[in-house]
Order: sequence, then structure tokens, then C-alpha cells
Amino acid sequence: MGHEQPAKTGEPILRVDNLGKQYNGLTAVDSISFAVQPGECFGLLGPNGAGKTSVIRMIYGFAPPNSGSLQVFGLDVATGWRQIRSRIGVCQQDNTLDPDLSVFQNLLIFAGYFRISSRQATERAEELLHFFALEKKREAKVGELSGGLARRLTLARALINDPELIVLDEPTTGLDPQSRHLLWDRLHALRARGKTFILTTHYMEEAAQLCDRLVIMDHGRILVEGTPAGLIEAHVGSSIIEISGANRELKEFLGKQNVEFDEMAERLVIYSNGDSGIEQVIRARFHSRQCTFRSATLEDVFLRLTGRELRE
Amino acid sequence: MIRLSNISWRFVSVWQRNLIVYRKIWKVNFLVPLLEPAFYILAFGLGFQGLIQGITYDGQALTYTRFMAPALIGISIMYNSFFETTYASFVRMYYQKTFDGMMTTPLSLEEIILAEIVWSATKATAAALIMTMVLGLFGLVTFPQGLLIVPLAFLGGLAFGAVGMFFTGITPSIDMFNLPIFLFITPMFLFSGTFFPVAGLPGWAQSAALLFPLYHLVELTRYCCLGLVETNPLISLTFLLAFALCFLYLGLVTMRRRLIK
Repeated sequence: MGHEQPAKTGEPILRVDNLGKQYNGLTAVDSISFAVQPGECFGLLGPNGAGKTSVIRMIYGFAPPNSGSLQVFGLDVATGWRQIRSRIGVCQQDNTLDPDLSVFQNLLIFAGYFRISSRQATERAEELLHFFALEKKREAKVGELSGGLARRLTLARALINDPELIVLDEPTTGLDPQSRHLLWDRLHALRARGKTFILTTHYMEEAAQLCDRLVIMDHGRILVEGTPAGLIEAHVGSSIIEISGANRELKEFLGKQNVEFDEMAERLVIYSNGDSGIEQVIRARFHSRQCTFRSATLEDVFLRLTGRELRE
Repeated sequence: MIRLSNISWRFVSVWQRNLIVYRKIWKVNFLVPLLEPAFYILAFGLGFQGLIQGITYDGQALTYTRFMAPALIGISIMYNSFFETTYASFVRMYYQKTFDGMMTTPLSLEEIILAEIVWSATKATAAALIMTMVLGLFGLVTFPQGLLIVPLAFLGGLAFGAVGMFFTGITPSIDMFNLPIFLFITPMFLFSGTFFPVAGLPGWAQSAALLFPLYHLVELTRYCCLGLVETNPLISLTFLLAFALCFLYLGLVTMRRRLIK
């Protein structure tokens, strides 16, 4: 399954072994295992309801695991949750900013929950406002912030304790492209400082951009694990041809040539894997319809593995 | 379920958060306890005095306002703390997701909930102190023993804050708070020796009143203000303390069940 990266030496920051979680008899997470190494950015991908957020919630000790073990910094989450939480930063999916407080107070008071001295908290808060370009909004009420600003503040708040591990649950969902790129830029800067990340996302482009390694989950299980490039190579090959309209002649041709393809209502997705011969034939014989030749992406892997039908 | 080891002084940081928010509109927060007793005293003093000759309580003849004034403090303690841990805590928990954010920091759920209850008691104490001062100006409180209201308000605030948190732990939606208010708070407001002495009620109603925490709180506020009491103040104090501890525990249990899944 998947492409394993050469194992790095040293203690992993996060180690998940046969982790399981049930809610009212429904299995949300079904015995999964993975490890995140220091300095790595690790992605949890999957459709809605795949169990990503359940894993995230178990990491910071919000939801107790029903089976298996979960260790952060070598500490068990059941007993060492307080120590773990003092060394991680969590950016939750929901907006949990404090609407009764100003932007600056949100940072200061959150620092208080970590028992950071007020002098140090002020210093950190100033730094973070600058880092996320929030200085002008210092005294603004949280309710007045746009989605992009609120998300930047949430991330700034998650960094108030200078965490070693940063946990991001869908950090850019609902943001405009400008905000998303600014956030990616900041995450890259943090990575350069040696921070470790674990993130969930629905955006394959984001995962391909940010993650060193990732898993694709579905129905609480891990389907594959690997690097973005490795997964593309292994599961969909290097190139894709999309043709609209299902054509029996074309399908027979592909069948004879042993080329894999997925059939949808209006389209055929052909995994041509850089085979220029196939591409030429299709160009010559079947090009009458709308036809796209493109590189394979992580999204193709995702859809191929988790299926194309709607989930909700 | 509830681990005592999960409770540390860290809860003070959550209490501080509430204090900072409270101070933002402190003028409004102070206005209510400042004016409320004045309205009641005027309404009952001017409007009711003519209808009621006076009241006999603990063997003493009292004017109606003198009898009722200490009860206003008890009622205010109840409302301030109960509404804080019901509506206000529910909004923070459910709509603002403030607790969710806190739960990513080294705070335990127990500390967050304890802080909310202690905060509600603090708010009730501030209101009770202001009211005591105002009623003192009307000559309705004997000092310095009237200042015993301060620790008493804190205990009463804990009791009603804790029971409020218990209802927050079990209520399916914010509208459902109408139920405990209608079935629990309002009967207490009326039948706890607040507007007439319980001694005038039939026997069964007198016994029922003994189960009301507000009855004991009002007994004690009256004791602080006037030095008069129908029951043994130690019994009332013990009842309030036991009630507070019992619902502190139930509040923590129900909130844990509600939030940790």
C-alpha cells in the first residue's frame, strides 16, 4: 500500500497505534496507525465523515480514544494531556475566537490559559499580530473580522505558546484565494523554523503544496499513505485524458490496449500514464468531442480511491 | 468520571476572562443592583404600606419594607448566579464555542466549569454588596453585621450557579431554560419567605419551603441585615453548603457528559 518514505531515525513527535473511536456504536476511527516525524508536515485527507476531525480531537485530548494508543512527544494522551496541550497549538475547524474580546485581548487572554506571564504574552502577541499582518485590527472586535482575518487570528492564537506541533483542522476552508495564499505563505515560513504540522484539508492542491507525507482516509480507515508525488505515481500515473461523452468504440479501444479508465455519466477519465502512443491515437481518432490532456493530480488519486459519488 | 486531579488553580484564568468582559460594561452591570432595590422599596414602601399594617417575624413587629428588603438581596443573588450559568454559560458553550477553544489549552473541562460557577458567585456577590449599600442608605440594614452578606452571597452564588450549570449540562436547547425557571426559580421566588413569612403558610407548604435553597438564603440575609431569624442559621448554612457541593458535582458530571464525547 502506498509509497513508504525511508524511515527517519529518532522519536516521532506523534505516534498513533491501532487508534479507534466509536460514537454511539458508530465507528468513526477504525484502528489506524501512523507516525509524524519532527519537522514534518503530515496531511490527513478524506471525504466528509472519514474520521479526520475525530483523530484531531483525540490528539489534543478533547475526545478520549476507545482503543489503541496515541502518544505525543512520547507522552500518552490519556495521562499527559496537560503537558501535551501546553506544547501544541490547535487551529480548530470552527471559529472559537472569543467574540466578547478584542483581537489583541484574544491573544493575551489565551496566553493566560497557558500561564504565560503577561509581559511575555504581550511580546508574543505583538510579534504574532505583525507576522499575520493584523496590526491594524488590534482593537477590532472579533465579530467584525472577515473570514480570512478571523482565520489568521485563530492561527496566531494557536501559536501564542510557541508550540512544537501545530494541529490544523481545515485551515483554509471558506477562504478567498488571497487569504489562502497568505496563510500558505505563513505556514511555509513556520515550517522553515522547524515546526511540525499535522493538518486536515479538502483541498488537494493545499495538501500537495504543504504536505511532505499524507494519508487518505475513508470510513475511519487509512486507505493509503505516502508522499504526494509518490501517491500520484502509484495510483493514477503521470497523465490523464478527460473526454466528454461515453463512446463504446473508445472504451473497446482502451480495453484492448489495457489502459485503465473511470466512466462517469458524461465523461471518461483515462489514466494514460504518459503513454504518448495512446494520447496520439485518441487525439487522432476520438478528438471530435471535448477532450483535455493534463497532468495527474492528487485530486485524481483522492477521487479514484474514495469514489466519485456524493457523500452527504 | 470527575477527577479531582483535573482541578487546579488554573481555573482562575477563566474567571479572569469573565471579569475582563464584565468590566467592559461595568456601568450597566452596576446599574441594575443599584436601581432595583430602590424601585422595590419605592413600590412596596409607598404602594403596599397602606394595605399591610406590618408583619410579625421572629416575634418582632416589622414594617413591610423592613421585612422584605433583605429578601431582595437573596433574590438578586439567586438571579445573578443562576442566569449567569444558564443563559450566559450556554451562549459561551454552544454559540460562541469559547469552551472548545479553551479545551485546546492546558485547561481541563473541570477547571472551565468550576471557573464559570465561581464567576457566577462573584457576580452575585458584587450585586449583593451594591444592594446592601443602597438598602443601608434607606436604613434597612444594620451595620457592620450587614457586611456578612459578602461571604454569604458568595456561598449562595455558588449554590445557584452550580444548579444553573447542572441545568446547562442537561438542557437540549437554550429555550428549554424556561422550564427550570418556571418550575424551580419562580416558585422559590414567591414562596421562600420573600414577600410574606413562611410561618403563615399551611404546614405542608412550610415543610416544602424548607427544601428551597432560596428560603435558607433569605433566612440568612435577613439574619445579616436585621439579626432576626426563624430557623437555626447553622442549619440554613449547612443546607446551602450541601446544596452547593451536591450541584457542583452534578454540574461537573453533566457538563463532562455533554462536552466530552
